[in-house]
Amino acid sequence: MKIDRKEVEHVARLARLELGEEEIEKFTHQLSATLEYMDKLNELDTTGIEPTSHILEFTNVFKEDQVKVGPWGHVTLSNAPAQEQSHYKVPKIIE
Amino acid sequence: MELYQLTIHELQGLLRKKSVSSEEVTKALLQRIEQVENKIHAYITLTPEAAIEQARAADRLLAKGDHLPPLLGIPLAIKDVLCTKGIKTTCASRVLANYIPPYDAAVIGRLRDNGAIFLGKTNMDEFAMGSSTENSAFGVTHNPWNPEYVPGGSSGGSAAAVAADECMAALGSDTGGSIRQPASHCGIVGLKPTYGRVSRFGLVAYASSLDQIGPMTKDVTDTAILLNIIAGKDPFDSTCVDLPVPDYTQALVPEVKGLRIGVPREYFIEGIDPEVEDKIRQALKIYEDLGATCLEVSLPHTPYALATYYIIATAEASSNLARYDGVKYGYRTPKAQGLLDMYQKTRKEGFGPEVKRRIMLGTYTLSAGYYEAYYRKAQQVRTLFRQDFKDAFEKCDVLVTPTSPTPAFKIGEKIEDPLQMYLSDIFTISINLGGIPAISLPCGLSKDNLPIGFQILGMPFAEETVLRTAYAYEQHSGLGRLRPML
Repeated sequence: MKIDRKEVEHVARLARLELGEEEIEKFTHQLSATLEYMDKLNELDTTGIEPTSHILEFTNVFKEDQVKVGPWGHVTLSNAPAQEQSHYKVPKIIE
Repeated sequence: MELYQLTIHELQGLLRKKSVSSEEVTKALLQRIEQVENKIHAYITLTPEAAIEQARAADRLLAKGDHLPPLLGIPLAIKDVLCTKGIKTTCASRVLANYIPPYDAAVIGRLRDNGAIFLGKTNMDEFAMGSSTENSAFGVTHNPWNPEYVPGGSSGGSAAAVAADECMAALGSDTGGSIRQPASHCGIVGLKPTYGRVSRFGLVAYASSLDQIGPMTKDVTDTAILLNIIAGKDPFDSTCVDLPVPDYTQALVPEVKGLRIGVPREYFIEGIDPEVEDKIRQALKIYEDLGATCLEVSLPHTPYALATYYIIATAEASSNLARYDGVKYGYRTPKAQGLLDMYQKTRKEGFGPEVKRRIMLGTYTLSAGYYEAYYRKAQQVRTLFRQDFKDAFEKCDVLVTPTSPTPAFKIGEKIEDPLQMYLSDIFTISINLGGIPAISLPCGLSKDNLPIGFQILGMPFAEETVLRTAYAYEQHSGLGRLRPML
């Protein structure tokens, strides 16, 4: 599958990733080449084959609903880029 | 023999006999690091003061004597993708350049509880995405066998540190070959355990259905020793399986009589370096001489592994890396105008090119209209891979393959061509798709004096068989430990 510049810009918006002019150009070319390679999978007929999302045969893991302190202690703001009054601080969302 | 050249099991003996102290060994390693690090650059962060303090504490316990934990006083290196409480954990990314985890990964806690000493955090491809350790925001790691060559990746720093005797052993992580391929390129032993054998709690996620942590060591015995400590159920990782952990060192019996070794024909194809093929064939000959039977088997879907892997891994990555938005931790752009702009600029400035490429690819294949064609299709093909392995293991006990189609390549050789770079993982990624265990161990040197490794694959949770097969080769090959001249 070839993808064009417009699609690259659309995907970048979905990924919340700003791209420079040079990156858009480069990714248009590189992603097309990689996606074309991936089209190889269309050679395989997978009708009726169950998809594997995890390798293990999962059953739910249950545990008692108890309030405990996690291994990191209490939630910490120690790595927050910006904080105020024990809250994370972000740019204004609503004018 | 220098102290820094010791293996874990050798040092265990010396410490218990009190012929050497942990402080002496730790200082010898720190000195070694000082000597060679400017050529290798295996580490992102070094913690010498803490290491010496831990060594002194270990020596005090050793003096007291009884009930000594197995790793007491043993200095290790840790890939910088594993959270270490109070010690910077960067994932070789600008986004996490100043991140200090408030907790230990499950495996780190276990190593600590068992007396291990931490020398520092090793370099890697950013977020474990890459095959050469060139995608690090903090500089390239050089192969100790030849500084013009890559150490492999993504656990290239750990592999180089072990090969250059800058630690006794290390931990790495493996999503598509990131333990085994650098182990092979640096001439050391590296094991990717079965998916679910080792807790991933505190491992910064790349592709959660494929990631697994494992040992990178100077020999097979050390791999068994470390696996004993890190394997087993953990309440903080629901994908970590509640199966008993055997004493893996008991599996180290140098006999393979009657063992059925499958040799998948799809792994000996055009493009494989003749020197690599030759060394693997020689290894198979040694097994036959020891009484094992080698038989050709087929893993028919192998040619589809790379496409399947890069769809699944990048899709999971694009979702896992959504958390780096500049809000709770990590880098935040100083230039933001509004919230959306903050997300977009933070990620633009924080991520390197390969990470961006994979986020883009994964976002694309998960986006409306393409999900069925790519992600779901790849998951269906993944089922075919599991079936391939199931069928093969009906005829044999282990599979033997090359680890990488070539020895290490030159720095800069593949960095501009992502597909070529991805192809260097061609023999390792199927194993992650199948979730099975595999070890890489050295089987010789190329004409250019670069290590060549081979891989032993086992059934799910058959780490004991894999280790025994590896140990038998190590004991009978006559290679000894391969050590680069530095």
